[in-house]
Amino acid sequence: MKKYFVSFVFLVVFGGFAALHYISSASAANAGPSYTGQVTEEEAQQAATLADSDTATDTQPAEAQPTPAQTAPEPAPKPKPKPTPAPTPMPVAKPKGEYNDGTYTGSVADAFYGNIQVKATVSGGKLTNVTFLQYPNDRSTSVMINQQAMPGLVQEALQAQSASVNGVSGAMQTSEAFRASLGAALAQAKA
Amino acid sequence: MGMPVTIEICGAGASQDQLEKAFSYFTSIDARFSTYKGDSEISRINRGEIALGDYSPEMKDVFALAEKTKRETNGYFDIRTPGGLLDPSGIVKGWAIRNAAELLRSLGHEHFYVEAGGDIETSGKNAEGKEWRIGIRNPFNAEEIVKVVYPRGKGIATSGTSVRGAHIYDPHAKQPVASSVVSLTVIGPDVYEADRFATAAFAMGERGISFIGSLEGFEGYQIDRNGTATFTEGFSDHV
Repeated sequence: MKKYFVSFVFLVVFGGFAALHYISSASAANAGPSYTGQVTEEEAQQAATLADSDTATDTQPAEAQPTPAQTAPEPAPKPKPKPTPAPTPMPVAKPKGEYNDGTYTGSVADAFYGNIQVKATVSGGKLTNVTFLQYPNDRSTSVMINQQAMPGLVQEALQAQSASVNGVSGAMQTSEAFRASLGAALAQAKA
Repeated sequence: MGMPVTIEICGAGASQDQLEKAFSYFTSIDARFSTYKGDSEISRINRGEIALGDYSPEMKDVFALAEKTKRETNGYFDIRTPGGLLDPSGIVKGWAIRNAAELLRSLGHEHFYVEAGGDIETSGKNAEGKEWRIGIRNPFNAEEIVKVVYPRGKGIATSGTSVRGAHIYDPHAKQPVASSVVSLTVIGPDVYEADRFATAAFAMGERGISFIGSLEGFEGYQIDRNGTATFTEGFSDHV
């Protein structure tokens, strides 16, 4: 089997803010010719591999038990909690079970198609159940969405993976979000 | 756009010509849509140098798709920047990758990988004849991946920021709001769908993952600044 693997780079300056350093690679992993297009720079490594090989994950199912409640307004953004509330652990891969046991009621959150309020139950240091105290059911679209899939969300602590991969998906500094963030910062700077 | 583009074609029949055809497609898209290029069509439109009726068919397509996406995301996706300019980058990338994938298919290829700036469309099998395996980058350490997923014919895109505790621009509040989300990866019917909804959901902050969960045919993996990942139930089908 032949494999052609080519990379190509566009270099651009980041809105006069950050100069972009980007490279891509022609990692000829397999046999077969590998062509390198009009590449500006060459470098290797995209398939990220890493240290830690242990993959003990900390997964807790979140169960949805919708409790109809009338809600209303159109998404008028305000600070709100996450869909699966609970005290969050520290950065990356910590042991498990650092939640305090108990039942926690989240504040009302605008979930884009209506309001959501959940109650989280923690036992043995783990999130064991999430029930919905409020969820959108007042509009036909919301109802449809809910029937299709009330998002059942699951949580885990990040854990580095050692497996080899063919490619990597991830945000870069040039992502829309960064630009949005920068734009917002600049908007503030103006005010 | 300013981003690396990678195309890998597996199997017999791929020629240098075809690869260059695919790359020149990206180059032409960049020339037309880059807001960093003063002579791009989008820059000229932003300077009012091109009349509405004279937009290229590609530009009209993208604007129509952006408008559709804006409606479908209740305004969270918007190519109009706070400064009033048009910046369709949030939709062009996925759209261009999907078009490039179509181009490869039309040339008879079944097994390939097309990636631009971390958004990926795969088809068929990889060079080893196995399923394509994609890593999700650790937003806290670019050298690491924190998840391995199998797109299985679907598209995958990530929206995020390397800035901890970023601010996102809320189109409704018309102001920046704090978000604890640093990365949101979406698996969708194709990379265009994954990209546009990842962009919109990221702008929703913490509830972005709920929005993704509410969409049929979409799965998401959201990482917050504390290093906790929240993902949709069906995401496990790709792990």
